[in-house]
Amino acid sequence: MLTLDRKLHRDLWRLKGQALAIAVVIAGGVMTLILAVTTLEALTGSRDRFYASHHFAEVFADVKRAPAGLMPRLQGIEGVNRIESRVRAAVRLAVPGFADPVRGLLVSIPDGRQPTLNRLKLLAGALPASGRDDQVVVSDAFAEAHDLAPGDTLEAIIDGRQTRLRLSGIALSPEHLYQAAPTDLMPDYRRYAVMWMNERALANAYDMEGAFNSLTLTLQAGARQEDVIDALDLTLARYGGTGAQTRHDQQSHRFLEEELAQQRLMAGVLPAIFLSVSAFLLNVVMGRIIQTQREQLAVLKAFGYRDRELARHYALLAGAIVLAGWALGVTLGAWAASGMAGLYREYFRFPEMVFRVPAWALALSLGVVVLAALAGTWQAVWRAVSRPPAEAMRPPAPARFRQGWLERALPAALLGHEGRIILRNLARHPAKAGLSVAGIALSCGLLMVGAYQLDAVEAMLDQQYRQVLRMDVELTFIDATPARAVGELRHQPGVMAVEPWRRVPATLIHGHREVRTSLLGLEPMPRLRQLLDADGHARGLPEEGLTLTRHLAGELEARIGDTLEVAIMEGQRRRVDLPLVALVDEPLGTGAYLRRESLNALMGEGPAISGAWLLVDSQRMSELNAALWTMPGVAAIGLLAEAERGIRDYLDETLMMVALIFVTVAGSIAFGVVYNNARIAFAERAREMATLQVLGYTRAEVSRILLGEIALLTLVAIPLGWAIGIAFARLLNQAFSSDLYRIPLVFTPQAFGIAAGGVLGASLLVGLLVVRRLGRLDRIRVLKAVE
Amino acid sequence: MDNGTDEVFTTRGLTRLYRMGEVTIRALQGVDLVLYRGELVVMLGASGSGKSTLLNILGGLDSPSDGEVHYRDGAGQEHDLTRASQRQLTRFRRHHVGFVFQFYNLISSLTARENVAIVTDISQDPMPPEAALALVGLAERLDHFPSQLSGGEQQRVAIARAVAKQPDVLLCDEPTGALDFRTGIRVLEVLERVNRETGTTVAIITHNEVIGEMADRVIRLRDGRVDEIHTNARRRPPGELRW
Repeated sequence: MLTLDRKLHRDLWRLKGQALAIAVVIAGGVMTLILAVTTLEALTGSRDRFYASHHFAEVFADVKRAPAGLMPRLQGIEGVNRIESRVRAAVRLAVPGFADPVRGLLVSIPDGRQPTLNRLKLLAGALPASGRDDQVVVSDAFAEAHDLAPGDTLEAIIDGRQTRLRLSGIALSPEHLYQAAPTDLMPDYRRYAVMWMNERALANAYDMEGAFNSLTLTLQAGARQEDVIDALDLTLARYGGTGAQTRHDQQSHRFLEEELAQQRLMAGVLPAIFLSVSAFLLNVVMGRIIQTQREQLAVLKAFGYRDRELARHYALLAGAIVLAGWALGVTLGAWAASGMAGLYREYFRFPEMVFRVPAWALALSLGVVVLAALAGTWQAVWRAVSRPPAEAMRPPAPARFRQGWLERALPAALLGHEGRIILRNLARHPAKAGLSVAGIALSCGLLMVGAYQLDAVEAMLDQQYRQVLRMDVELTFIDATPARAVGELRHQPGVMAVEPWRRVPATLIHGHREVRTSLLGLEPMPRLRQLLDADGHARGLPEEGLTLTRHLAGELEARIGDTLEVAIMEGQRRRVDLPLVALVDEPLGTGAYLRRESLNALMGEGPAISGAWLLVDSQRMSELNAALWTMPGVAAIGLLAEAERGIRDYLDETLMMVALIFVTVAGSIAFGVVYNNARIAFAERAREMATLQVLGYTRAEVSRILLGEIALLTLVAIPLGWAIGIAFARLLNQAFSSDLYRIPLVFTPQAFGIAAGGVLGASLLVGLLVVRRLGRLDRIRVLKAVE
Repeated sequence: MDNGTDEVFTTRGLTRLYRMGEVTIRALQGVDLVLYRGELVVMLGASGSGKSTLLNILGGLDSPSDGEVHYRDGAGQEHDLTRASQRQLTRFRRHHVGFVFQFYNLISSLTARENVAIVTDISQDPMPPEAALALVGLAERLDHFPSQLSGGEQQRVAIARAVAKQPDVLLCDEPTGALDFRTGIRVLEVLERVNRETGTTVAIITHNEVIGEMADRVIRLRDGRVDEIHTNARRRPPGELRW
């Protein structure tokens, strides 16, 4: 089969332009799969390794204050393996040379040694020495953000008392891989620190001698999580337990899970879309390339080549192209994945991140593209070989040209000769034209999805930070505080408006559905933290009953008018029934709202508040910071502008990268499709165009026919592509909606523009390439050769 | 021509209908014909007379709508082409038939030598591609691509390709149709020489009356039927032909 194989090499070389375009289409599909899967495996693998090696706990419980003597009883609970008590304290910090308020969390560790659970990975320095009450280990992200080293000092306010802390070391903890402040969505390493301190020292500073306020534990093999949690809750209730949680509700783990869930979706949905689009295009394009080799196939058949020898020949042709595309896709995917690694390293503080392309992803992607290529090739080869060779060599029967309805509908003068030729060519092969349009429309749709992602996230953030969260500063008090503190806050420098709030941890129960969240008590018509209805208008809180975000109501399967059981996890720990009276639409988080007076009444307390939101004159921000620093009851000061910047920076980096990859891949696919369409159209029309030129048509006039066809197909495909893009976006939107955020379904004119511009650009580029080729067309040879 | 009674092809009532677009064409309407081993036959007819269809059916490139066609190979084995499967027809073409087409049908991505080799690769007892090309006078142009050869040279490569496998029969569809007079004569000389030196049965179809003079027999077709069969007393050498 030597000579036939040589023909294979020559054909591949001759088709190099088209082959490359097809390879790019395939590479695009393969790349998204490899990228998503590799990233996912790296994140999951790194996390699991770290969890295992540093004994990440499985159940977590917070209490107001429980005596250390309770521990033997807790250890005795059936199913508990290892259990450890500790003290956790919210603190305020001042970093020398940094004006903004910094929030911190102090966690106790046994004097001078590692805890049993949630062990620290020390990156620098050492644990606090036994007996020292001023030494702390700080989280590495915070240390890095402020360029801190062991030996440096920080000012801290613990339980209203100012203390100087000295860094003994820098560490990572499996409990705080994702270091965001409790109410924040995104980590802000400059303004939030996690620190570890000797237990005796922290208990002393936080008034917790002989007591603890936090528990972590692991379970025995085969133990039922729910049973252990029930037993814990029962025992801890009288000590102010707020309900034990599994990893599922642990902040760092949960954020990681959300991110991994997104990655899992990415690894499922996007490559599926891209791979199926590229498989479809491959199928179409290979089919048409073989169609153009119909005559050669017939000659080989005439000389006695068997169908299977010919099928093998074309399968190899397709195989070589596919393999090249696949290799390109794997390379690009692995390269992009290592780029993503750098980004994720910033947000997930894994001690190590190992990037390896999983073998199954290689096999899967190879299998999909090879099958697609074979399917396309097989069909076309079969069509070509199944006809008697004499028939295949004969010029095809003169096609039945007709005046189409479109042509009849348009005035003849408007169409001209060229227009008529274009319309009739397309009408003659409606299926072929349809496939071309479908191919272009699909890539247009992919471009649209890429653009949509950016717009949607932008819209989501705008809604959250312009309409929902309108405060500048969020103050959290150490304990519930009388509402008269509002008056004091109003007189602080730069404060223009104050709105108090009360937050209470609670579990909402509806039927067999249960969600752990907190009740947020607000003013009747909150202004600094608005509640939005479905149309985006601010609304007030009904006098009675609960208002939930639409997402939370969906989780609970509750509708307006339903009664929810509310188990309050603070104070008298009452269980009450509250009607669901209204729904609000918020893109981020899961909120449950009611009037603050109602919440105070439920708690059996006077007008108490947990914190306040402030609107501040930005000129006087530092003055206010200084004043707040000296207020003893304040546990945390959050700056909204900084939180927003954090989330925007993160999304800009990660989403921009993803969207950029998306748009590049979709753009390449668009180019691949249009280019192959044009090249094949060119091959099919070479004779016709040479004839026209011989008859005296100029090159420009002849070009118009070919370009007109490309342009017409592209223009028809664009609206279709928009529709496909909207459908894909809907799909993504539903898949990506989570507790953390819901991306709105918004389409900006830019998204439509990018999608249309992408395919138009690809068409234009292709048009130029084709016109250049037309100039090189050897008219005499084309005319003399048999059609 | 050594033996006038050894039949290679026998057809009986051969009929072939085509649907071309919306029209049905009766290309052959009951052709009875015998071709003998070693003879050089010219089939004459105007365009549309059915001569190409006949040649295609003899060569196993096409199947009749009705009637029978039988082929007897050199070993005396009889093949019924009417009832042959596609696979059997492929084997028949592979081992027994050489084709020469009006438009050469060379594979443009292969050189002259490779265009011949692509057939010898799958033949049982081929001559070397170089020898076949020498036979048609192209020993010097082995490594040229079709685009670097003239029309006559391309047709001679096509003939070399057809004869290299040492077929029992050589079927030529208007081999000079796309060539000028001088080049055409050259190609006919090659065909005559192949017939004379190798004893291959050669069938040439053409609409050029003059070419008939070089044949042992001339079969005239009209409207899909055999109109007349005429045996030449003497084969005129192609070099003496003029048109």
